[in-house]
Amino acid sequence: MKNRITTYLDSLGKKKLLVPYFTAGFPTMGMTLQYIKAAECAGCDFVEIGIPFSDPLADGPEIQYASKVALDNKTTLNQIFELTQKVRKHSEIPLLFMGYYNPFLAVGVKKFLQKTADSKVDGLIIPDLPIDESTEIRNLADKQNISMTYLVAPTTEKKRIQTINNLTTGFVYAVTVTGVTGSGKKFSPETDKYLKMLQKSLNHRFVAGFGVSSPADAKRLAKYSDGVVIGSKLIKIIREAKTQKSSVTDIEKFLTGVRKSLS
Amino acid sequence: MVKRPDKKGRFGPYGGRYVPETVIASLDELESFYKKAKRDKKFKTELNNFFRDFIGRPSPLYFAERLTEYLDGPKVYFKREDCNHTGAHKINNTVGQILLAKYMGKKRIIAETGAGQHGLATATVCARFGFECIVYMGEEDLHRQKPNVEKMELLGAKVVPVLSGSRTLKDATSEALRDWVTNIRDTFYIIGSVVGPHPYPMLVRDFQSVIGIETKRDFKKRYNRLPDKIIACVGGGSNAMGIFDAFINENNVKLIGVEAAGHGLHTKQHAAPLAKGKPGVLHGSFSYLVFDKDGQVILPHSISAGLDYPGIGPEHSYLHDIKRVKYESVTDKQALDAFKLVSKLEGIIPALESSHALAYLIKDKKKFKKNEHIVVCMSGRGDKDLGIILKNEK
Ligand SMILES: Cc1ncc(COP(=O)(O)O)c(C=O)c1O
Repeated sequence: MKNRITTYLDSLGKKKLLVPYFTAGFPTMGMTLQYIKAAECAGCDFVEIGIPFSDPLADGPEIQYASKVALDNKTTLNQIFELTQKVRKHSEIPLLFMGYYNPFLAVGVKKFLQKTADSKVDGLIIPDLPIDESTEIRNLADKQNISMTYLVAPTTEKKRIQTINNLTTGFVYAVTVTGVTGSGKKFSPETDKYLKMLQKSLNHRFVAGFGVSSPADAKRLAKYSDGVVIGSKLIKIIREAKTQKSSVTDIEKFLTGVRKSLS
Repeated sequence: MVKRPDKKGRFGPYGGRYVPETVIASLDELESFYKKAKRDKKFKTELNNFFRDFIGRPSPLYFAERLTEYLDGPKVYFKREDCNHTGAHKINNTVGQILLAKYMGKKRIIAETGAGQHGLATATVCARFGFECIVYMGEEDLHRQKPNVEKMELLGAKVVPVLSGSRTLKDATSEALRDWVTNIRDTFYIIGSVVGPHPYPMLVRDFQSVIGIETKRDFKKRYNRLPDKIIACVGGGSNAMGIFDAFINENNVKLIGVEAAGHGLHTKQHAAPLAKGKPGVLHGSFSYLVFDKDGQVILPHSISAGLDYPGIGPEHSYLHDIKRVKYESVTDKQALDAFKLVSKLEGIIPALESSHALAYLIKDKKKFKKNEHIVVCMSGRGDKDLGIILKNEK
């Protein structure tokens, strides 16, 4: 079978990618399923499903909070695998797991990837697993036809960007600013310069993320990239919603607005 | 034994760099500066001068006569890191790292701290060099190690309370890493133990190795032999690596690391990753760690803030697996008993962390042979712990 991510990217044309992130189990697993549906209705291209971790050191306050709520709710990996199988009952939207490395080790990398494939998830993003440490998981992911998205950062050196480019399957994730997710740092002319440089250096599609919080941000970043990832802002919308029910419409409305700004 | 770590920063399978991409370039930069500094005469001279005049090295090697009488078996010596400026071994490492920061031109310093000893040692060197200093400290530790917080502030450091997770060392470390990712270009992260991504476990060990080098030299000079056993407590493991390193190739010297068993290894309230954990990844390296079946880190417990950590440095994991070091554990209660006993017998108030090493010696004195020579690493002094002791008396 072909990988849903690469298949999608092959026929993308000029369309910009909109990739939302939701922490699985925040505020409940049932709600996560509804957000994924809402995202698809809003015209999102892929969905990142966050695997909550006790020590999310690359995350800012919003995703830390969401992870804590999910874990306080006793969210387990098995429930997350069940969630994605539920998504697959009605949707072929490409799904990625975004999660820290220790849960992979706890289950066993091989078994984890088998389960990922079985639950029809298409790609992995592991923020604390740089290329240098990921040979084992990359080989196993290849065998299971799961794509590996690596991150590049504004501090990544030229030569290393090439290596990351060569090892990526699917798309590259460009961290826009030095910081954690939900960073309040402003995008600057430096950001544009960095994205333009990536456009020249990468022969994969790449999305920009960390701190994207409005349709205007998305539009700006997509000018020199293939799209955006939005995470912390969505958690914030969910936290600020009047009720859980209205959080679903709030999410859909926001993402629809971002989609419009990208066309 | 082969050189540790290898080129990829591995001690056997342990170590490595499990960090966000953003900090990789800085780790490379740090590693190359450190390599240069190690060969640089000027750096070495400056380091040695600070060791001598600022810290007060060499630290004494002390024969604990009354404890030896009490035990009625082995001869016990203390390597007196409690005599160092700021009261613990931590200052050896912060002096080394701040010199590196200076050579690299970075003037904003961050650190994590548990017991406050590393925070205090960092605040101290920052004051000395006129660098900005931000120390992350779990809220729980802020209370239990208050005197150190007051000292850090007096020295001009900003102490930031960490409210996430267990509000202890683990979360302070995560928060320091988040700061580092955010301010990576102008900030130097002074890590306080032999943990974190490569090259930190190597670099911290090297700066602490002066403990073992002095112990070996002074013991030989004075007693014309080497000790039979060396005992040190293990939190992240820096005082232990510091005193072990010079003896790793001396196969007749038995090395013993003591983890914190908290309320006991049969409970969930402990901080003993080698006894009860499995290899995993936290804070940048692959090493033994206490976590559940889904990989979530289990909150540790120890009465001693400096040992209250769910992980351990990667080199210890390796030395454990190849059985070069034997790792044991003692409970909160045993450590408290040792704290009081040694205070009364020797007129030295040990840190609660160091009391774990002492407790291993005291709790079961029959296991030691008559006239064995044992050096205990007195990693720090216990002034900071009086609050906890008084609370426990009640
Ligand atoms: C006096 C003392 N000993 C030991 C430790 C534990 O750290 P390590 O295992 O790195 O020596 C600490 C940590 O704060 C300490 O203050």
